[in-house]
Amino acid sequence: MPLAFYKKPALVVYVTCGDPDLATTREIVLAAIEAGADVIELGVPFSDPVADGPVIQRASERALKHGTSLAQVLTLAAEVRVQAQSTGLIIFSYLNPILQMGMEKFCKVTRAAGVDGVLVTDLPVEEAGEYLRAMRKYDLAPVFLAAPTSPDGRLKRIAEASRGFVYAVSRTGVTGTRQELASDAKKLVKRLRRVTKLPIALGFGISTAEQFAEVGEFADAVVVGSAIVEHIERNRGREAAAVGEFVRTLLAGAQLSVAAR
Amino acid sequence: MAALEELEREYERAKRDKKFQARLTQLLTTYAGRPTPLFFARRLTEKLGGAKIYLKREDLLHTGAHKINNCLGQGLLVERMGKHRVIAETGAGQHGVATATVCALLGFECVVYMGTEDMRRQELNVFRMRLLGAEVRGVESGSRTLKDAINEAMRDWVTNVRTTHYLLGSVLGAHPYPTMVRDFHRVIGREARAQILKAEGKLPAAIIACVGGGSNSIGIFYDFIKDEKVRLIGVEAGGRGEKLGDHAARFRGGSPGVLQGTYSYVLQDSGGQIALTHSVSAGLDYPSIGPEHAALRDAGRAEYVPASDAEALAATTLLARTEGIIPALESAHAVAEVVKRAPRMKKSEIVIVNISGRGDKDIGIMRENLNLD
Repeated sequence: MPLAFYKKPALVVYVTCGDPDLATTREIVLAAIEAGADVIELGVPFSDPVADGPVIQRASERALKHGTSLAQVLTLAAEVRVQAQSTGLIIFSYLNPILQMGMEKFCKVTRAAGVDGVLVTDLPVEEAGEYLRAMRKYDLAPVFLAAPTSPDGRLKRIAEASRGFVYAVSRTGVTGTRQELASDAKKLVKRLRRVTKLPIALGFGISTAEQFAEVGEFADAVVVGSAIVEHIERNRGREAAAVGEFVRTLLAGAQLSVAAR
Repeated sequence: MAALEELEREYERAKRDKKFQARLTQLLTTYAGRPTPLFFARRLTEKLGGAKIYLKREDLLHTGAHKINNCLGQGLLVERMGKHRVIAETGAGQHGVATATVCALLGFECVVYMGTEDMRRQELNVFRMRLLGAEVRGVESGSRTLKDAINEAMRDWVTNVRTTHYLLGSVLGAHPYPTMVRDFHRVIGREARAQILKAEGKLPAAIIACVGGGSNSIGIFYDFIKDEKVRLIGVEAGGRGEKLGDHAARFRGGSPGVLQGTYSYVLQDSGGQIALTHSVSAGLDYPSIGPEHAALRDAGRAEYVPASDAEALAATTLLARTEGIIPALESAHAVAEVVKRAPRMKKSEIVIVNISGRGDKDIGIMRENLNLD
């Protein structure tokens, strides 16, 4: 099962598919894998990304301008899978594009593409019954977001419904880079450890090698999203190379920090 | 989720709390100006030559629209929850003004998100909010209208949820908002029902109200739902045409989907991306509709029809000149429907139109669109 974290900490890379175009997304993803990413989150652009900050909002707008669709993202996933057998692949989407495709069809196509898991940002675990049944039927791992404000009972429910790993959100708010990591993050991971044996990936706001190393000390994996998308935005024409370099910097920082200890 | 659960708990408690209800009633009476009159529109009735037309005058409320009913209710809940910062979205600016007003009244910090397109067309309300001490934050994304303002308010809320209450202004969003906002507006229908029985000794044949998110309409419909002979008619924004992007008639061009935490009818493309909308009235310019309206429609209890920009503007002039009432462009859509419907009804039948807001805020747009020289 590719949804495994081989390194400690492992690196989960998010990209908004279709930004700047699907062919380039494919190159970016392969470059990130080549540079050492363990899991790739393939973001499906949505017109109303309420959980995202300005960086991913802009990426979604760019991707939608030329009509990037969920179906196209799943085709891209299948292509990536052919070239990268041991990398974990996750579809990261808002609920509505999935509903329009149909939950059953979505799971079927996603499974056939060789994807391992799915994260639906705006589907709370409380409303996820039908989704969880379909995910189980097609042997896909549902990943849910756990927030610092979630009470213990809810964390337990999230952990029980999740497969592969639990995605811990470092602080309240939307996606986007931050200078400092809230002390919320460490506390949340600790609380999650009490209710689950699944690995825990921490995301939201992580953009530097130092932060990557810092988080790596208490979480099993680190999700980097907006910082990746920002590199794509800033390096027109050499997106894949820029992302590859950035991923290597992140991982090198963590190794230095481990060596220092 | 935790904040929604806290809100639901607090709201359920407040519903049963006599002191809370008494304070709300007192503010609605002495501050907002309830009950609002139910006015017999004699000249409009004669002109249309059919059903007897009554107008529910929500436009006479403090701040100029029904929105204050919900803002006072949620404002008192904010006090109970011990929060001190309130955020809101606004389309036409009426909900923003009502929120800013209640925040001034109760002493809360207030931030209102508003699409920059709406700020342009409702600039008077932007100034009113600022005058009341609120910060108005322009939203540049998407169509720069109500939908985008809600997105931005939701982003603020998830970031500052520990200190902040999101005072959502329509029967939209995640539970408990659609239920709670409806309950705070039920007073419209409760009053109207008692008033028409007193004036005419019988129930109306139809109730007509405009539907953006659907707060004024569900408010006036709700106490009539059990009266099965009363037709409930919601009027959506037909905009400038039937093409996707040219209107906000969710029941004509929409399909089931999820937007901003609500499963309802949504204007969208085949891939599930939310469509842009258009209406001359900012308050109706939204791609989804309150889920209870979707349920009433699917159950066949309520019907929904569109009125175009041009019909709404014509209805504005008509109401101004027959009754001396300048309705908000939102409410003018309901008036446009009674113009079509009343002549086909019997003279013995009664129809109530909800004038949900007054037109002062729209004078600029009316001037651009109506040539009166």
